[in-house]
Amino acid sequence: MMNQANMKATEVGTNPEDSNQVLTLKQEAQALVSGIRQGRMGSLPAIIGFFILVILFTFLSPVFLTQLNFANLLQQSAPLIILALGLVFILLIAEIDLSAGVTSGLVSALFVVTLKNFGIPWWLAVLLAIFVGVAVGLTIGVLVAKVGIPSFIVTLAAFLAFQGLQIMVVGQGGLYRVETPTILSLENGNLSVAAGWLLGVVLVAFTLINGLLSRRRRIKNGHQNKTIAILYLKVITLSVVIFTSIYLLNLGRGANPDFQIRGVPVAVLVVLVVLIPSNYLLTKTRFGVHVYAVGGNPEAARRAGIKVGRLKIIIFMIGSGLASISGLMAASRVGTVDASAGRTVVLSGVAAAVVGGVSLFGGRGKLTDAVVGGLVIAVIDNGLGLLNLPSGLNLAVTGAVLLIAATADALSRKHGTVNSR
Amino acid sequence: MSEQSSPVIELKSVAKSFGAVKVLTDVNFVAYSGQVTALVGDNGAGKSTLIKGIAGVQPYDSGTIHFEGKEVQINAPMDASALGIEVVYQDLALCDNLDVVQNMFLGREMVRKVSLDEESMELKAKKTLADLSVRNISSVRQKVSNLSGGQRQTVAIARSVLWENKLVVLDEPTAALGVSQTKQVLKMVRNLADSGLAVILISHNMQEVTAVADRIQILRLGQMVANLKASETNLNSIVSHITGAENLSLTGEALS
Repeated sequence: MMNQANMKATEVGTNPEDSNQVLTLKQEAQALVSGIRQGRMGSLPAIIGFFILVILFTFLSPVFLTQLNFANLLQQSAPLIILALGLVFILLIAEIDLSAGVTSGLVSALFVVTLKNFGIPWWLAVLLAIFVGVAVGLTIGVLVAKVGIPSFIVTLAAFLAFQGLQIMVVGQGGLYRVETPTILSLENGNLSVAAGWLLGVVLVAFTLINGLLSRRRRIKNGHQNKTIAILYLKVITLSVVIFTSIYLLNLGRGANPDFQIRGVPVAVLVVLVVLIPSNYLLTKTRFGVHVYAVGGNPEAARRAGIKVGRLKIIIFMIGSGLASISGLMAASRVGTVDASAGRTVVLSGVAAAVVGGVSLFGGRGKLTDAVVGGLVIAVIDNGLGLLNLPSGLNLAVTGAVLLIAATADALSRKHGTVNSR
Repeated sequence: MSEQSSPVIELKSVAKSFGAVKVLTDVNFVAYSGQVTALVGDNGAGKSTLIKGIAGVQPYDSGTIHFEGKEVQINAPMDASALGIEVVYQDLALCDNLDVVQNMFLGREMVRKVSLDEESMELKAKKTLADLSVRNISSVRQKVSNLSGGQRQTVAIARSVLWENKLVVLDEPTAALGVSQTKQVLKMVRNLADSGLAVILISHNMQEVTAVADRIQILRLGQMVANLKASETNLNSIVSHITGAENLSLTGEALS
């Protein structure tokens, strides 16, 4: 290894320092601009959209930009973001899961009903519910990958069937209260002030150290590095966002001065606990590369020896598994589960992923896109809700935003194909 | 370029029929390491069928395959890979959304414990391209969607050398390329053979074949009609073998 590194160094230039050549900030910016021109915008439009919406709602509603509503927004978006994370996996292999929302509803119904009727410990009920969710994914995956039914149809069938199943599980007009403190605290609890700051410090330190270590490894092997300014810029932006948020969340936000609510919502931690390992899986492992390969060119993936069918099944299991967690989060937030739980988020998961910049055509998108997209959808929901507008409006607006995002996706794909020929 | 060595692969009287249609009858074929063996023939002559048998996609009905002197059975693509046979298909099989390194290592990524070993893969990819004197790829971390046809072909071929293969089959690697790109790819094909691999080149372009191949084997209507040394033949003779006409008076220009 050392030998090869030296060899490489001499090959790139006589001066060994040349081997550590660096792309300047200007070159990076140019690359970014040309990428945007070609339609590869990632989550940039969603981030801009998010801030525009925040500014808009701040002017329209005095309540919108308050600490209480900020925390509320984060809690509101958590189930949606987790659902969308699962859908990113599915969209990446160019499939779709229309049933993710109802799977989440069905799972939450199974959780409360088994807990009530069978007297089992709550954690067993949670495991059982998630197990059912994963089994749903397995079934969908087998029908899609092995039987060869388009995922659109399989999940449409599941979408219809699970709604019926949920009514049968809960009973017509049935309503179950969520009484497990641990589950309730997922969406209603807050971290202590100190724990909140610690979480922020850990996140920023992790990003910085990870970035520096990766640079050192690349330099050791004689590879080109991006300029270190990029890393600093990233860490500084991240610190500002994270620490401002934590500061705001750690201020009291209750109406009653004697009984203040403060701290980072536990929901944020739950999202991170799901996001970080999923992101590792998708960006740092063989499995992750294979997911992108199958989405980009399934035939090439097959010829490269990737077991495409098996991979698809695993993806559907991950998608439904995350939908189950999302269902439990939604149950925790609402505090009750009825026959229609989960129905409102039916397609918001897909919308969040696509709005965030994940391509509907497979092979393009990141998990963080789903976080941004989920926040955008939640802001629309939250902001319009505060304005006392007719309730139908926010669905219409969400639909319009989804259409705009899908249009951008389709156009950039068209553009990309033209360019590559 | 010597032929004293025994062939890497030797097919003896292989045959293949689809129903009543005999696509290959009693075909013998050899390829040596360090040589480019061109396989030429008109459309429908059986080139693809012959290659599919070697690749394990479509096994022969009868006949034997000897690989490095030993008789082997190739009944599935996996058998071919296990022997060290790599086929680069015409339609490339690259993933546009992945970068050059990811494509070269697709399905055989290097890992450190669980994590991908990006640095080692990048190093090995660069080295492989350098060994084949590939100069047309500026960064191995760019997406394949940004590459030209020639660059893609380069990546697809370079990928086949990464894996200690012994035999590389190239199915019309220059069919869709322009003049300068064709030149680059052919140079790479030559380098591939010079590095000790056996290369089978399927092509329709006779000038390209005579320029780069050491041996030329010609199929006509499912039969092997000629096994020529490139140095001892000319365009007219190749074309007459392909078409079956004995005395064709065609000029080189007319063929190009």
